[in-house]
Amino acid sequence: MLQPILEVEGFNKTFINHAQGTIIPSSNDVNFKVFPGRLTALIGPTGTGKSSVLKGVYRSYLPSAGRIVFRTAAGTQIDLAQASEHQILDLRREEIGFVTQFLYCLPRRGAQDVVAEPLLKRGMDQSEARTQACALLDALNVPERLWSVPPATFSGGEKQRVNLARGLISRPRLLLLDEPTASLDPLTTDRVIQQLDGLKAHGVAMLAIFHHPELVERIADDVVTLKPPVAA
Amino acid sequence: MDKILEVRGLSKIFGKGCPQCFESTGPEFDTNICPHCGSVVAAHDLSFDLYKGEILGIMGESGSGKSTAVKNLYFDQMPTHGEAIFFDDDRQWDLFKLNAAERRWLRNHRYGMVYQNPNLGLNFGISSGGNIAERLLMSGLAHYGQIRERARELLRRTEVMIERMDEKPGAFSGGMQQRVQIAKALATQPPLLYLDEVTTGLDLSVQAAILDLILEIQRELNTAMIVVTHDLGVVRLLTSRVLVMKYGRVIESGLTDQILEDPQHPYTQRLVASAL
Repeated sequence: MLQPILEVEGFNKTFINHAQGTIIPSSNDVNFKVFPGRLTALIGPTGTGKSSVLKGVYRSYLPSAGRIVFRTAAGTQIDLAQASEHQILDLRREEIGFVTQFLYCLPRRGAQDVVAEPLLKRGMDQSEARTQACALLDALNVPERLWSVPPATFSGGEKQRVNLARGLISRPRLLLLDEPTASLDPLTTDRVIQQLDGLKAHGVAMLAIFHHPELVERIADDVVTLKPPVAA
Repeated sequence: MDKILEVRGLSKIFGKGCPQCFESTGPEFDTNICPHCGSVVAAHDLSFDLYKGEILGIMGESGSGKSTAVKNLYFDQMPTHGEAIFFDDDRQWDLFKLNAAERRWLRNHRYGMVYQNPNLGLNFGISSGGNIAERLLMSGLAHYGQIRERARELLRRTEVMIERMDEKPGAFSGGMQQRVQIAKALATQPPLLYLDEVTTGLDLSVQAAILDLILEIQRELNTAMIVVTHDLGVVRLLTSRVLVMKYGRVIESGLTDQILEDPQHPYTQRLVASAL
């Protein structure tokens, strides 16, 4: 029996907006497991807190309640909801990746270097990292003339591919994907699916939100349906 | 990862101070001026750790006390209370118990500092190359040819035109002065670099280039940095963790993306919501 890499138990996220004096429930009692080499899709209508779950796992949101147990490469278990900031930073560098909907990067750096960054952070040699970055940009259908150009001026779809490449390149053990194909054409979407299938074959576990239901059908191995949170 | 700096309970009062200073100032009183004695509480009970190669941000509005920590750690000021340990390769320095000679040695050999105002970090009376040479001399290098070569290399690294290295910094643009200051700060390859509002007041394109340079340096040399800024964009691009200050207190701290996307404190929420 395959051991889960991630076990989420009773996850809850509630926002407190002090200026407006409002309490906004986002995710309520979310429970699921994610396994190596499999993709778990979070589904449910808008407002059911799908992104909040991803951000809670990545800790860019502070979970309000629940346990997020991650099994590390070393075999230890860490509750991501309670882990220290430096533990989280180490895991982000080595084991947990996140492809968000927005690309934040330095204004002056070319796409290939933006994509190579996670490898450099792990200590890889610059030319080797750049070679891998270019190969992945090519696989994701980013035209070669753009590789050395800073992505600030790219179209939405091009930026998204750069963002994807940056997330996929380091082959984290757990990859979080927030609508990774939202602004891509069908051909490029196929390329992305090929890449994700390749990652599965390498044992990468994925937790994803997809804009299109048919993609869930095509690539998800497990599906978790989120319910609207109970109003406070 | 190893710790390079540990700060505990750092406080700084300007003025004579009184027993009520700390209990009657802070965010909940909406002031950092003690109503009993009129002293200014610039910082109270600042505690944080910094790890090797890590970039920590300290953010807040002007007057929040964000520069105070750096000024004390760099010995531009002495704290009223508190302790700070600097973990060097082979020894630990109890920073606020050092004598003047030890402080000078640390500044010359282990620290780098880049101020918002280049006038503070550079000697405008001598050439840009001379500024770097001066720092190399203080750190013990004595061979003229070696100093000149190292200065040239540093200016090239920070993208200052080499053919202008014999000009005084006053002849340079603000962005260029900042590059010379960074080159000077890096001259001794310090493991710890302090950056106080280094991009404030520069053109956006120049800001971007300086931020890029800082990140490249951090990656190449694994330099730990403390970045003081009021600019949320700088915080997002440079830092992995951040402290948020108001009226001399750290009101919230955490992973940078969490502080910017899911701030908990009412003040941080307002700060993030009002960013352009």
